[in-house]
Amino acid sequence: MRYVDEYRGADKARALAARIAGLCAPGRSYTFMEVCGGHTHTIYKHGIEDHLPENVTLVHGPGCPVCVIPMGRVDDALHLARQPDTIMTSFGDMMRVPGGSRSFLDAKAEGADIRMVYSPLDALRIARQNRDKRVVFMAIGFETTAPSTAVTVQRAAAEKLDNFSVFCNHVTIIPAVKAILDSPDLRLDGFLGPGHVSTVIGCHPYRFIAAEYGKPLVVAGFEPLDILQSIHLLLRQLAEGRCTVENQYARVVPWDGNPKALRALSDVMELRPSFEWRGLGTIPYSALRIREAYAAHDAERVFDVPGVRVADPTSCQCGEVLKGVLKPWQCKVFGTACTPETPIGTCMVSSEGACAAYYNFGRFTRTAVREATRT
Amino acid sequence: MCLGIPGEVVELVADQPDLARVSVGGVRRAVNIALLEGEGVAPGDWILIHVGFALSRIDEAEARAAMEFLEGIGQAYEDEMDALRESTTEGPGAG
Repeated sequence: MRYVDEYRGADKARALAARIAGLCAPGRSYTFMEVCGGHTHTIYKHGIEDHLPENVTLVHGPGCPVCVIPMGRVDDALHLARQPDTIMTSFGDMMRVPGGSRSFLDAKAEGADIRMVYSPLDALRIARQNRDKRVVFMAIGFETTAPSTAVTVQRAAAEKLDNFSVFCNHVTIIPAVKAILDSPDLRLDGFLGPGHVSTVIGCHPYRFIAAEYGKPLVVAGFEPLDILQSIHLLLRQLAEGRCTVENQYARVVPWDGNPKALRALSDVMELRPSFEWRGLGTIPYSALRIREAYAAHDAERVFDVPGVRVADPTSCQCGEVLKGVLKPWQCKVFGTACTPETPIGTCMVSSEGACAAYYNFGRFTRTAVREATRT
Repeated sequence: MCLGIPGEVVELVADQPDLARVSVGGVRRAVNIALLEGEGVAPGDWILIHVGFALSRIDEAEARAAMEFLEGIGQAYEDEMDALRESTTEGPGAG
């Protein structure tokens, strides 16, 4: 088996692969979605599918925060960055994400003051050191990073740093999963739940997936062994006719999440009535905005944000990849017009994007080899 | 950005209860521990850090395993560590 000796606990991995095979009913196929881009990365890097029986398929979900930012929001951010006496800040992942015509990096080269930060607190420090400038932090991410933005806004308010604002693009994972469950395109048998998001939200919010949709979900860690164990837990539930939420990553994820983080979130942010996701379209109550009480730190209130809407490029099929309908290599421009150096779609930009992960690691996966030899 | 990086708490910062000095992959930096308030974070404890904030406590074995795993994933981890090294988030005296 390829790579298996590199795993921590290679013997355990082999034993698990055998148990997984034993749980699969002959003639039945199983499709599981890994929601989180971190899992996608592990799966391609370590060739996890090579250790699974042919009738078990993993499909990739929407859990890559950079990938789901629509081009219009990038253009809105660039509009803010071009305002006089303004410094735009964001995470490094954001820099190469294409907008309608430009990325952050392009705008920076044209003279906009755009700075990469590791933490929202870095952006706050820039605001503290540049009181004559307006400093905007373009906030992206699921519930993993949203509490950090919330605490930073609380801090800005406490320090009365009214030259600091957040262009809030935080999204929430549950409505995205629900949109996928409601989509007719895909038949899933269960989910690998996101590890780090669950550190914040805990395991309770997933219960409707088991209760109302009849699909098991296992919150999974990020090592190859974690992924295999989680697939084993999903198959065991199906074999025993059970359907519930399990926590394979209990060594990091508390069942109740992080209550302090959730409190900071609900103090500073509230759900938007609707938000456009790249590829997935508009999903109601799926993203966060800054509450009125913190209006002075809300870039959408401080500035006049144009609200640009840009249709996704027709050649790019990120939407289908994000919904798990297409594998990266089935996209028409994958690896030709769209590469990590010249990305057309967001899935090729972020290292957690399915296309980038596959481009870098996955070229010899089971399915790819099978499809290549067929043509 | 989404990577959780383990770090070992080296010391608490006396006049800034939200901050701890933490050793992260050989780099020492200030980490915001406000979201673990009340959990009695102390020197020697291991925490999982996202964008400058500790989100959960972990044990040492998990920290070592997570670090090994991160070092194995290559570019994404190197980018995150580069960003972390360049970040000067609120060291004691700067906040």
